[in-house]
Amino acid sequence: MECPVTGKPASPAPSAPDPATAMSGAAILVNALIEQGVEFVFGYPGGAVLPIYDELFGDERIRHILVRHEAGAAHAAEGYARATGKPGVVLVTSGPGATNAITGIADAWMDSIPLVVITGQVPTSLIGTDAFQEADTIGITRHCTKHNYLVKDPADLAATIKEAFRIATTGRPGPVVIDIPKNVQIAVPSERRANVRTGAHRYAPQTVAPAEQIVEAVELIAGARAPILYTGGGIINSGPEASRLLRQFQDLTSAPVTSTLMGLGAFPSTHPDWLGMLGMHGTYEANMAMNQCDVMVCIGARFDDRVTGRLDAFSPGSKKIHIDIDRSSINKVVPVDLGIVGDCATVLGQLIEAWGSRQARNLGEWKARIAGWRARECLAYPDRSAKHPGMIMPQKAVERLHALTRGREPIITTEVGQHQMWAAQYFGFEAPNKWLTSGGLGTMGYGLPAAIGAQLGHPDALVIDIAGEASIQMNIQELGTASQYRLPVKIFILNNEYMGMVRQWQELTYESRYSNSYSDSLPDFVKLAEAYGWKGIRITEEKDLDDGIMRMLDHNGPVIVDCLVAQDANCLPMIPSGAAHTDMLLYGDHVDGTMDDEAKALV
Amino acid sequence: MKITEAASERHVLAVMVDNEPGILAKITGLFTARGYNIDSLTVADITEDHAVSRITIVTNGPPQVIDQIEAQLERLVPVHKVTDLTTAGPHVERELALIKVTGTGDKRVEALRVAEIFRAHVVDTTTTSFVFELTGAPEKIESFIALMRDLGLVEVGRSGVVGMMRGAQGT
Repeated sequence: MECPVTGKPASPAPSAPDPATAMSGAAILVNALIEQGVEFVFGYPGGAVLPIYDELFGDERIRHILVRHEAGAAHAAEGYARATGKPGVVLVTSGPGATNAITGIADAWMDSIPLVVITGQVPTSLIGTDAFQEADTIGITRHCTKHNYLVKDPADLAATIKEAFRIATTGRPGPVVIDIPKNVQIAVPSERRANVRTGAHRYAPQTVAPAEQIVEAVELIAGARAPILYTGGGIINSGPEASRLLRQFQDLTSAPVTSTLMGLGAFPSTHPDWLGMLGMHGTYEANMAMNQCDVMVCIGARFDDRVTGRLDAFSPGSKKIHIDIDRSSINKVVPVDLGIVGDCATVLGQLIEAWGSRQARNLGEWKARIAGWRARECLAYPDRSAKHPGMIMPQKAVERLHALTRGREPIITTEVGQHQMWAAQYFGFEAPNKWLTSGGLGTMGYGLPAAIGAQLGHPDALVIDIAGEASIQMNIQELGTASQYRLPVKIFILNNEYMGMVRQWQELTYESRYSNSYSDSLPDFVKLAEAYGWKGIRITEEKDLDDGIMRMLDHNGPVIVDCLVAQDANCLPMIPSGAAHTDMLLYGDHVDGTMDDEAKALV
Repeated sequence: MKITEAASERHVLAVMVDNEPGILAKITGLFTARGYNIDSLTVADITEDHAVSRITIVTNGPPQVIDQIEAQLERLVPVHKVTDLTTAGPHVERELALIKVTGTGDKRVEALRVAEIFRAHVVDTTTTSFVFELTGAPEKIESFIALMRDLGLVEVGRSGVVGMMRGAQGT
């Protein structure tokens, strides 16, 4: 280092650690987290992070949430991030600590959730020797993180953490892993580098769209006879302002709105121009409108296979505008006519400004066609199950749960499967950050830890994990975490004794050969709840449904509701794999059978 | 069931990256994970302070895939800039090869004569062998190797392509 005044090499004295203020790598880390405004660290201790845990001991500024399994830590951090808009922070040890967290990291990667994951590593001298609890965390996480670091020099630690938070939270958000060898946690650096890398070129996401693209987009939208806004998780990630601007832009254009699973809540479900979710289990009207529109405006969504159905039949007659902060999302699956790279909120603001005082075109004819599709009432379902007429229909249970929590602005998390789709279909969302689900990776076991994270972020909110009896068992150990931190999380299990979505696909594709999809040897969820100090409620009959839900809501503490539902209920509407938006299965359609290999090969 | 493949184009990409550990694994892993092709890849640091490396990747794929490759590369934090030399305009491509040929008598004389025509240098020789060093466009190297096959070719080492835009402008 040079002295800035004389230009001569600085004497070691000024940068040498002063014993009074000298900080170890672990202390630098904890301080850097506090500087970033971190309230909670979700973690699990182990050999390679002991120095950090010792630093956390007794530190009142940051709260460590001890999970029961590292996968729970990552999902809890995701839930916290999704519900609050702030980055989630995870702290796990080397080897199994890191590998257990991978699923949550991959989940955050797919759903663009900002996480900073700190993993311990064996000391630098042991890296590469197959040391105890050594895993190549950087290698393993390379392709499921936005970026990752192995910090070998404690002088780089502070700058690395700063950059990690910037990368995780800006642009398209995502998980960032910082792997810190144990000796780096202990070492006291004699200097601190200000930047990980020199040069301003590094990582500068484009947030503002070029003006000419905005003009072109406004012209296209204003000229449309049958426009549609197809919105996604990018609007949620962009912050509440993006949802507000979406509503404002919709008001100006009066275009109907549909959303992906990840984008639910950005546009209010009670709005007359809301079409419901689109895609595989989307509504008939949303999918038909996507198919028949003349201008499609995709905002912060990515034309996922769950959304598009058969690609060659996807919205064949429309001009497509795609707004996304990630250039690689544009033209990845569906070629578009106008790709706009930018932040959803910023670009929506630009569009609104460019729209100015234009009058929206009369979309009466288009809306009349949509009303025709709506009249199909695709979400109608039979009152009674054919095979189990005495049992509660799962759709009914979700509808009642929605009705009885309306006005309490609940945060809903889910696991993955039929219950997740029913929650998306029958639970209406009015605001962003209230719907936390694993969309891209489709991780069973996401919902309970995510609910824990969301509850910590919003201690006074009603947080409900709508679960299935199979999924909930994937991270059931986290019941203990909620007990320990006195979190009044509710779990509402739609118990149909099957991995329902697997069973449904087996019915559809494999002539109802239910290979390994029956949930055998289930625990008694009520007793399980009680064993963890939770309240347990079982609902078996429809007449007790409302009462059971109310007892759950009235209990000032965590509750598991084991709601037994009809085992044969299927999640409809459905676009079978390999089919087009116009080929939806609806209630009353014959669904038993088999499929050709081409369709079977699709997921 | 049938698996269809679209027609491919060859593209040369110049990628400027932070010279940090793991960057090469990140890039090659991205190609593997997303099913892209690498025909050749070269890498070396190019700045005085060793902070920046230039990677030249020769790939092939349909235009939509090439566009995705560029976008996915640009998404990596340590990547500063991706230039598609094939679409950016006229450019030069060069590759270096070391080629070992053994033989005696007429074949040996013929190998040397062909090497002269190709302006290959002899960088090592014994009474029964030559190691030729040849620089040029990949096609030139391929023709030379093809000729050497009949003249006692035993070993080939190639550097992979390095490319640069023609003209005064930097990439």
